[in-house]
Amino acid sequence: MQAFTKLNGLVAPMDRANVDTDAIIPKQFLKSIKRTGYGPFLFDEWRYEDHGEPGMDCTNRPKRADFVLNKQRYQGAEILLARENFGCGSSREHAPWAILDFGFSCVIAPSFADIFFNNCFKNGILPIVLDDLVMDQLFKACVKHEGYRLDVDLEQQTVTTPGGESFHFEVDTFRKHCLLNGLDDIALTLTQTDVICSYENERRKSASWLF
Amino acid sequence: MKAKTLFDKIWGQHIVKENDDGSVLLYIDRHLVHEVTSPQAFEGLRLAGRKPWRVNASVATPDHNVPTTERDKGITDPVSRTQVETLDSNCEEFGITEFGLDDIRQGVVHVMGPEQGLILPGMTVVCGDSHTSTHGAFGSIAMGIGTSEVEHVLATQCLIQKKPKVMRINVNGARPNGITGKDIALFIIGKVGTAGGTGYALEFAGEAIRSLSMEGRMTLCNMAIEAGARCGMIAVDDVTIDYVNGRPYAPSGEIWEQAEAAWRQLHSDDHANFDKELNFQAKDIVPQVSWGTSPEMELPITESVPDPLDARDEVQREGWSRALQYMGLQAGTPLQDINIDKVFIGSCTNGRIEDFREAAAMVKGKHVAKNVKLALAVPGSGLVKQQAETEGLDTIFREAGFEWREPGCSMCLAMNADRLEPRERCASTSNRNFEGRQGMGGRTHLVSPAMAAAAAIAGHFVDIRDWH
Ligand code: SF4
Repeated sequence: MQAFTKLNGLVAPMDRANVDTDAIIPKQFLKSIKRTGYGPFLFDEWRYEDHGEPGMDCTNRPKRADFVLNKQRYQGAEILLARENFGCGSSREHAPWAILDFGFSCVIAPSFADIFFNNCFKNGILPIVLDDLVMDQLFKACVKHEGYRLDVDLEQQTVTTPGGESFHFEVDTFRKHCLLNGLDDIALTLTQTDVICSYENERRKSASWLF
Repeated sequence: MKAKTLFDKIWGQHIVKENDDGSVLLYIDRHLVHEVTSPQAFEGLRLAGRKPWRVNASVATPDHNVPTTERDKGITDPVSRTQVETLDSNCEEFGITEFGLDDIRQGVVHVMGPEQGLILPGMTVVCGDSHTSTHGAFGSIAMGIGTSEVEHVLATQCLIQKKPKVMRINVNGARPNGITGKDIALFIIGKVGTAGGTGYALEFAGEAIRSLSMEGRMTLCNMAIEAGARCGMIAVDDVTIDYVNGRPYAPSGEIWEQAEAAWRQLHSDDHANFDKELNFQAKDIVPQVSWGTSPEMELPITESVPDPLDARDEVQREGWSRALQYMGLQAGTPLQDINIDKVFIGSCTNGRIEDFREAAAMVKGKHVAKNVKLALAVPGSGLVKQQAETEGLDTIFREAGFEWREPGCSMCLAMNADRLEPRERCASTSNRNFEGRQGMGGRTHLVSPAMAAAAAIAGHFVDIRDWH
């Protein structure tokens, strides 16, 4: 997993509440065999005029001009501003995969759905919770100033505006540690290799039929 | 020594390490793999340059996407084909045993595993599929997991888990004639609801449960997930041991003796403490039929479609009204008056040899009703199919107007060509009756194999107890 330490990135505003994982990545894409490649289909139904299917070449698909991520000024955005309960609905891990594959590695919202929030950390995405007033301020600034960027510092737990205003955010110590070091659950469990091996050796003796 | 539950015994034996936050690193003995939830996990391994921790712990087979006709033509849907071919190449690359499409052992992953003796009492079993709970029938802890966890198990042979609470559900007294594991499962879900088991591991116990064959026990545990439970399980007894004995992957000789001695301990001790305990009487159970769009919306065949006005609260009333509308049913209609268009006998719930024997007994010498457009009998595995054919069951089905198919998930979730058309009504032995589960707009009624078979002949649901 990619570590997340600091990010100075272009910001895109997704000004809708209750964005669900079905909207983030529609169900037909679950037939895909990959963890990557969902980026072009992120928000597929909102982004394109036609119906998307896995494996499609999206370059020439008709795009909805009014959809925020289609706007020229937000191309290359790495930070997504969102509204409450972002990522609700089905538990599909394809949702954070699509967000990451599109290029976002940080989502800032007043609240997130639980499973999505967890899945973000498992995939190297930093979800940040800031309160509604701050969110309003960021949304306004982002829309007003083309090329609006934010500084995110996970170590310091701050989001800083171009004007130098800093907002503190909370993050679970353990998750922070994993994200800072790019440790996924697997990498962490693999730090226990000795313990697992000695467990196995013991079991090989006491329950050999399991091996 | 403190009295322990069956769950606690197995859980305790699999703790590799306890973490400070109360979670544990749990060792996984058996990992079943299929084509839909594994590709990203394998890709993850590849990207990180990791290898499976213990290749012989995992066994794979394609099931969800496979065609049930004309196998020799291969899979025509390119997306499905890619998923299946990806499973083949991943298994080859990582050295994992796979029973591929051309292998007689191929089948629904939860039918294949037990049949091969891959599931042994006391194991921890996982699979990227919620119906992994099936394998708890062997006195094991068997849980469905997500794709990240599939990768985690492949890479480390462990999972990070928090211990669930344990609930024992006793079904007391002798099991009445015609009442199967499926009826018991639907009955229990009807009583506790689809969230009744949330946060729990369920142990099914009592005389009626013990009287079930392994097939019946697997059917029951299979549906524990529909009660919201983490897993379902049944204590080991002679029935379990006899089933496992002699299977290809089961131990033999001296090791068998040691294993059997250990397995004989796999039951809850007297006075073991459960977080919750429920009691039901087997004599209260009659053949069940689901009428709505959730497995808890089910009733005895002797009843009528419920009236939303009788619902216990506003939320349930709304749920019932929506379900009735989707299902195209009128409140007050006797369940036995509901005509059906299609019949599906199969799935990981009821795709085993006993299921086909029971269904065949109902259709023998009779013919599917005129209003039934399609009656499918889809064996859970190649070996179930072979066994059924040896017994001549395929002929009985065919002569009755059924189609006898190749093994796979088939119309359980309609990921292949087998599906319901909008508004078609199906008597199905599968486990989920959600909207669109068997095809967009399709209407599913969950029943036992004998009930599905009888409905195929009658053209509507019947009470098999007085039908025979
Ligand atoms: S038979 Fe149905 S429930 Fe069982 S594994 Fe296949 S799709 Fe899932």
